[in-house]
Amino acid sequence: MVQHLTKKLLSGMTLSGIALAALLGIAAVPVQADAATLRMAWSQDATGLDPHKQTAFSSLRLLELIYEPLVRLDTSLQITPAIADSWQFSPDGKELTFKLNPKAKFQNGAAVTSADVKASFERILDEKTSAAARANFLSIASIDTPDPATVVFHLSQPDVPILTAMSDINAAIVPASEIAAGSIGTTTIGSGPFKLEKWDPNSKEVLVANNDWAGGATGVEGIDISVLPDETAILAALRTKQIDFALLNDPLVATLVPKEAGLQLNRMPVLAYHVLQLNPSRKPMTELKVRQAISCAIDRQEVLDTASLGEGKITGPLTIPALATDPNQLFCYTRDIEKAKKLMAEAGYADGFSASVIGATGEPPTAAAEAQVIQSQLAEIGVKLDIKMMELNVYVDAWLKGDFDMAIALNGGRADPYTMYNRYWTKAGNLQKVANYIDDTLDGLMQKGRTETDPAARKVIFGDFEKHITEMSPWIWLYTSYSYTAQQKNVGGFVPVPTGSLFSLAKVTLQQ
Amino acid sequence: MNYLMRRLATFPLVLIGVSVLVFVAIRMVPGDSITAMLGTEAGLLTPAQRDALAAYFGIDQPWFIQYWRWLLGLLHGNLGISVTYGKPVLDVILERFPLTLELALLAMIIALAVGMPAGVFAATHNEKLSDLGVRVVAMIGQSTPNFVLGLLIIYTLSAGFGVLPAMGAFSPLWQDPLRNLGQLLLPAVTLGFAFAASVTRISRSAMLDVLSDDYVRTARSKGASNRSVIWRHALPNALIPVVTLSGIEFGYLLGGAVIVEQIYALPGLGRMVLDAILQRDYALVQGSVLFIAFNFMIVNLLVDLAYVALDPRIRLGER
Repeated sequence: MVQHLTKKLLSGMTLSGIALAALLGIAAVPVQADAATLRMAWSQDATGLDPHKQTAFSSLRLLELIYEPLVRLDTSLQITPAIADSWQFSPDGKELTFKLNPKAKFQNGAAVTSADVKASFERILDEKTSAAARANFLSIASIDTPDPATVVFHLSQPDVPILTAMSDINAAIVPASEIAAGSIGTTTIGSGPFKLEKWDPNSKEVLVANNDWAGGATGVEGIDISVLPDETAILAALRTKQIDFALLNDPLVATLVPKEAGLQLNRMPVLAYHVLQLNPSRKPMTELKVRQAISCAIDRQEVLDTASLGEGKITGPLTIPALATDPNQLFCYTRDIEKAKKLMAEAGYADGFSASVIGATGEPPTAAAEAQVIQSQLAEIGVKLDIKMMELNVYVDAWLKGDFDMAIALNGGRADPYTMYNRYWTKAGNLQKVANYIDDTLDGLMQKGRTETDPAARKVIFGDFEKHITEMSPWIWLYTSYSYTAQQKNVGGFVPVPTGSLFSLAKVTLQQ
Repeated sequence: MNYLMRRLATFPLVLIGVSVLVFVAIRMVPGDSITAMLGTEAGLLTPAQRDALAAYFGIDQPWFIQYWRWLLGLLHGNLGISVTYGKPVLDVILERFPLTLELALLAMIIALAVGMPAGVFAATHNEKLSDLGVRVVAMIGQSTPNFVLGLLIIYTLSAGFGVLPAMGAFSPLWQDPLRNLGQLLLPAVTLGFAFAASVTRISRSAMLDVLSDDYVRTARSKGASNRSVIWRHALPNALIPVVTLSGIEFGYLLGGAVIVEQIYALPGLGRMVLDAILQRDYALVQGSVLFIAFNFMIVNLLVDLAYVALDPRIRLGER
């Protein structure tokens, strides 16, 4: 009887679903207009098309499908060929030579030559371009192009991290002719797997396969990207098979995906890290013992469990798996309230103090929750935190000026620790006024790590860096989260990588 | 006619006032186009790089010079170029406006078609159980936020029935009417629900006022049928507050329904303005706010003219 009723109810629901669909002018079982086009959605759109200027996550994800750098990072962050087939450092580490793939072609049909590589890097280095990645390439003294397939970078000093920096799409190779025409950013002529056919900002992008791509045939004929600003709407669109693939940011939404029978969630630990930045130029964070007390008073696991549903991993400063130290070996990674109180008393703050913490609304989506958990944890050692949530731009403005007592941040990671941290933890770092802390040990270790070519020796250097900085506690590193993509089960071949790149969409296939 | 001319003559003054306010307000907010584009990476720029970008975004001059340039452009019918879209501001606005206009019209049709009969019904059944029922539903309608209703509709449809209106790319009415209505019907219902609740409440109270007037009693004593008393005698006189409310709501909707557009991923005016503010696309923010203000003034003018049509005793512009 129950079974009969259930059947009846289900058939009733199906019928009313079809009726509803007819009423809404849509199909209950959507028919793909073009079976080989991947329908994708994300909540934030690209903000521009100049690969040298864009830093927004979504812009980089789009541009990686259109442009190519010299080299690329694979899933274990090893360097693999892109436009360059091979590369070599000279024994003194001051010369880096690339051999280009002879099949590499721009989407206008022209071959990618050493002249294009030279012009691209000269554009990045030109201050007028305002390329954000310029700081990573300042050691380039000159560029030689002995033949169309060979490029030689002459460096003013040994610079091992420069090769990893060259894997970034901010170091994309663009046609010299387009640079001369001043059309980078308005036209998109790359050498990557897809061509941008249409871009309607904050609404949609249409990509079509580049049949001349040196990497071979793409798995789909194109990608249609819709901007669906609300991630619950993205989940609904996946559920109703309106889209095949989606990028998700909010762990609260991502964790719902595995509950849907036809959907698959891809999770990948990323290099970006959640951190509580203290401002050591402001009292009482000027005191080492106060900073250490804050570090000891924070239960990182509780922050992760409460703010992010446990979706992530506790981390030290280094998030690169091959170099990261076990967090249990770092200073005060096990919560110790008694020690924290003792440190506060020794610093002369036994009764605690008041401070404010800034966070950006929705960026990351867990920011407010992280601030609240930390507020309650620090209250136990007498620190009264006033939480100030602000719009992202207002936050960025205050952050860049170093105008905060503490800041909840999600900072981007890089595949090389020097590139990741030289901006903060070297004496000449561009973001020293944000970090507001530097000492000779930190600066010395960073400089040593920059020139050391032996991987084992680099691991020791950056291990020391990690131990020293967590003990000095200018920032309290919390956890790394996951990058999430969700897909229908008929989407095959997507390989997530720690950088968050969607490049493997080039080889994704749709099974019927 | 004089009144109309006088009202139209005030338009430029109001628009200039609005433009100054918007111009100053958006520039008082911390952050600029450069930090909007680069985020924290903007800290890596050298001063020369920053200057080059400021010149590109047109924010390298003091604000009053920027305003003067913008005003001169406006006099030539040029609202500036949107840095996000790389197109003239007016083109971007006009691309988005049809959706917003259609959504506002649909929401208003739903609100009036549901709200007015419900209000009249409640008024004619004053203090009965059915009146109470209508009032409770209206109260729920007014106090349910758009995003709750929108998300509930999306969740119920997708999880319960496996259907959803097409989201993302929008099909204009003239290209694919069926798909267009499919896309806009639910957002319009979401918007229209609260709007209908307001219409219900205001038409109920207006009807109650009118139904106790002497002329209604006279009509009844002359033997007019109940239907004729309500629809011919009472309702037209109860319409003025409904028109006022609808005018204000409609003008507001023409500015874009940010939350509903966000939830249903509709590329309307509201989302465009929100994105423009977040991306500090100054020209687009200024141009679109001016456009919205202009629409609001037109709607207000039409509402005033509607008063005259509804009640010949009203003489606009007379002291």
